[in-house]
Amino acid sequence: MNGFFDIPSDLQHSWAGLIGLHLRESLLPVAAGLLLALPLAQLCVRFRWLYPPVLGLTTVLYAIPSLAFFVVLIDYTGQTELTVMIPLAVYSLVVLVPAIVDGVRSVPQETLAAATAMGFGPVRRYLQVQLPIATPAIVAGLRVAVVSSISLVSVGALIGNQGALGNLLAAAQKYDRPELAVNAVLTMAALAIVCDALLVGLRVLLTPWMPRGARPKAAARPEPLTAKGAAR
Amino acid sequence: MNVLNFVNAFFSDSAHWHGYDGIPQRFWEHVQYSLLALAVAAAIGLPVGLLTGHTGRGGNALALIANAARALPSFGLLVLAVLLIGFGLLPVMIPLVVLAVPPILVTTYEAVRSVDPSPVDAARGMGMRESRILFQVELPVALPLVLSGLRSAAIQIVSTATIAAYVSLGGLGRYIVDGLYQRDYEKVVGGATLVAVLALLTLAVFWAAGRLAVSPGVRRR
Repeated sequence: MNGFFDIPSDLQHSWAGLIGLHLRESLLPVAAGLLLALPLAQLCVRFRWLYPPVLGLTTVLYAIPSLAFFVVLIDYTGQTELTVMIPLAVYSLVVLVPAIVDGVRSVPQETLAAATAMGFGPVRRYLQVQLPIATPAIVAGLRVAVVSSISLVSVGALIGNQGALGNLLAAAQKYDRPELAVNAVLTMAALAIVCDALLVGLRVLLTPWMPRGARPKAAARPEPLTAKGAAR
Repeated sequence: MNVLNFVNAFFSDSAHWHGYDGIPQRFWEHVQYSLLALAVAAAIGLPVGLLTGHTGRGGNALALIANAARALPSFGLLVLAVLLIGFGLLPVMIPLVVLAVPPILVTTYEAVRSVDPSPVDAARGMGMRESRILFQVELPVALPLVLSGLRSAAIQIVSTATIAAYVSLGGLGRYIVDGLYQRDYEKVVGGATLVAVLALLTLAVFWAAGRLAVSPGVRRR
């Protein structure tokens, strides 16, 4: 592949520069989504009637195609990075809220009662008992959000070169150089896989009590099953 | 409210309801692309997921493949496919199928894996063949989860099939892409609304399918 890393000068970035831009445009929205999702999920856990309507609303928001979301936002935020990052934050929110709610809800009642009996207040119980136990579920949600965010940033190329590595796709078409598109797809895939692996590593670090090598779902599965059996 | 005005203006303009660029035509095209992509993805994901879930082998390889497929950007795949293959339906189907296979594959595998082992053992003890165990014991119990995997794949396809318009095909994305280049926000908002409506319809269809297909004994749990 000749000229694989030969980025057209109109993009005003080197390959490494595009990667940095791409990471910023995709990871900042996920962080914003997480910050918004934590209190929202806690509200849904506290007030159970709130969860179904929130779930319905987020499903509708998730169904809005990213391109339409970008174009509508141009009216308010212009052709800027912010226009790309707001929809991505919303999509992350949509993925993270159910993940966090399910994770926090899966904390056994006995554990909560034990924490209360030990004199934990609601805030400390949330931070030191519920969140750590929900960590595997939250990280699973984060993995989905980060990977889809990295993929979706590229659509920003359509609204005035705001797509970081996606701009390479536009350039590939403009200059008829398919190798640039191959470069963009492979680099984005590599970024997604690396970020995914880093999140898995983060989970292993944050949950040292979980058995090594076991996948979190497999480890968590017996609990809901026995709980369901008891209810029957 | 700005956006609501756009929606109202789009749907009350009678010119949007007729002809090859009318709402019924574009809606139908969108449904066709989505169904085709979902059918191809299900034809790949369901058998593999059922088989690996039944035997319990290859779970790690499956997770690896699904992760890699998820990492591939849909828009990038589309542009690449068009550059390499040329215009047509095939380059649009490639990213849609790549997008839809991982959720179907992984959920089906997990669904069959998480079936309570005692009825499976009982069926085997009664002398059922493996294929009958899979289709008459494991699949009915796993069906709600299998359907949820198909549902999330379908929603993602419906929302992503808009990119077909970027490579000169029809569908509801036509309004969004044309609206973008014509600076016609009415069209963009209208197209986005239609896609959201189609996604809600998809949810309704899967809810109805679940009511019809899932056995009442499984549903009650």
